[in-house]
Amino acid sequence: MGKMHIKLTVNGKQEELLAEPRELLIHVLRERLGITGPHIGCETSHCGACTVDMDGKSVKSCTVFAAQANGANITTIEGLGNPDGLHVLQQMFKEHHGLQCGFCTPGMITRAWRLLQENPNPTEEDVRFGMAGNLCRCTGYQNIVKAILAAAAELNAAKEAAQ
Amino acid sequence: MIPSRFDYHRPDSVDGAVALLTKYGDEARAIAGGHSLIPMMKLRMAEVQHLVDLQGIDSMKGVSVAGGTVTIGAMMTQHELIANEALAKAAPIIREASLQIADPQVRYVGTIGGNLANGDPGNDMPGLMQCLDATYVLAGPDGTREVAARDFYEAAYFTARSDDEILVSVRFTAPKGGYAYEKQKRKIGDYATAAAAVLIEKDGATCAATSIAMTNLSDTPVWCEAAGAALVGSKLDKSAIDAAVAAMLPTIDPQEDNRGPVEFKKHVAGVMLRRAIERAASRA
Ligand SMILES: Cc1cc2nc3c(=O)[nH]c(=O)nc-3n(C[C@H](O)[C@H](O)[C@H](O)COP(=O)(O)OP(=O)(O)OC[C@H]3O[C@@H](n4cnc5c(N)ncnc54)[C@H](O)[C@@H]3O)c2cc1C
Ligand code: FES
Ligand code: FES
Repeated sequence: MGKMHIKLTVNGKQEELLAEPRELLIHVLRERLGITGPHIGCETSHCGACTVDMDGKSVKSCTVFAAQANGANITTIEGLGNPDGLHVLQQMFKEHHGLQCGFCTPGMITRAWRLLQENPNPTEEDVRFGMAGNLCRCTGYQNIVKAILAAAAELNAAKEAAQ
Repeated sequence: MIPSRFDYHRPDSVDGAVALLTKYGDEARAIAGGHSLIPMMKLRMAEVQHLVDLQGIDSMKGVSVAGGTVTIGAMMTQHELIANEALAKAAPIIREASLQIADPQVRYVGTIGGNLANGDPGNDMPGLMQCLDATYVLAGPDGTREVAARDFYEAAYFTARSDDEILVSVRFTAPKGGYAYEKQKRKIGDYATAAAAVLIEKDGATCAATSIAMTNLSDTPVWCEAAGAALVGSKLDKSAIDAAVAAMLPTIDPQEDNRGPVEFKKHVAGVMLRRAIERAASRA
């Protein structure tokens, strides 16, 4: 029951480490790789604060073993934008007050990023349904939904302008 | 919330997975999406020394619709089932039910095979498969065998699958007529307080055939033959639906828990069945 050699691509960077198979992906990201954007809210697969993108899917990284993730391509909030160059979603969360304490925000935005790739023109209902795996204790969701809809409009306008 | 130690295996074939399960016996456990198993391992309610990950087995993926028969690989995720247009055409009740399971993140990884093999009465797919009269294909050390969904569930977490068998695929005849999956839950991502799967075929205005199954109202899913029979030959009017609900109630055995007392669950079961029959009838 020894350690395993694990290879991950995280935010475009190759990472290699030794981990016990039972280690959870969220712990590998936060404690070994120092990627602390994804948070641990509940650790019981319910809140979505730990959401990361794994091979094109939004997953709760508290419910994935490091061993299962071996070979995967992972994107976290750190891979989407940074303080000097905010992603459109981050910008819109800021403008529309889509966050208060900010604890849920990395998971929210990482999930919304995948949602908008699958459905670039969501209705309000699509956003609510597509974000149902992410809980927020502060905002009451209204402004999160507004921010995501605004980001969709912004991204679509940018796409049109580029054509 | 850290599970005990285990060794990890990622076979690339069904034979390889079965060989590992056979070799390690009750120390081994298959893992598909892990969204039922990992929470149990974290709580140390499941002790696993050898985890056999099925993600590398390509032959357990895919959906085929051929000659009126639908076959679904056990490793298809709920997300993939929802997105599959051929499946939505052949058996739209699968998309309708899958959209009511858990939340987006769970549906990206949770598989139909895991949902069916798990044996938790709260899982939605087993009742659905009983409604569709599906057949499960199991691979073991002595080859494959088939078990009807209606014979598979013995008690909570006890099924006809033996420890060294892998559920490879499920197969059913594409349903005709109307369908509905109705589920009452306390919040998004919750298991059913009560759920009903209904298929109805009509001949003119008369109900010609039905199938009805109920979820999370007993220690196994409940296929209600008598409730279905109460509708056949009727015009699907209120008295026929009342009779179907009355025939369903004695077949369920809900237990009191944090989803409510027994009387409440029976009440909700009746409401779900009534709504599902009405919606299936309107689509038939
Ligand atoms: C927050 C949350 C909410 C949920 N809500 C719902 C809900 O509303 N309705 C619902 O139905 N489910 C719900 N689930 C459960 C979810 O759908 C699971 O993903 C599913 O039950 C199991 O699928 P899995 O692929 O994750 O299986 P796993 O967790 O990997 O496996 C479950 C069990 O099946 C066995 N197994 C898996 N695949 C096979 C196979 N091919 N052959 C043999 N044995 C196998 C495993 O050994 C294990 O014992 C929820 C889960 C979470 C975390
Ligand atoms: S910490 Fe993973 S879902 Fe809450
Ligand atoms: S902003 Fe505080 S939990 Fe969402």
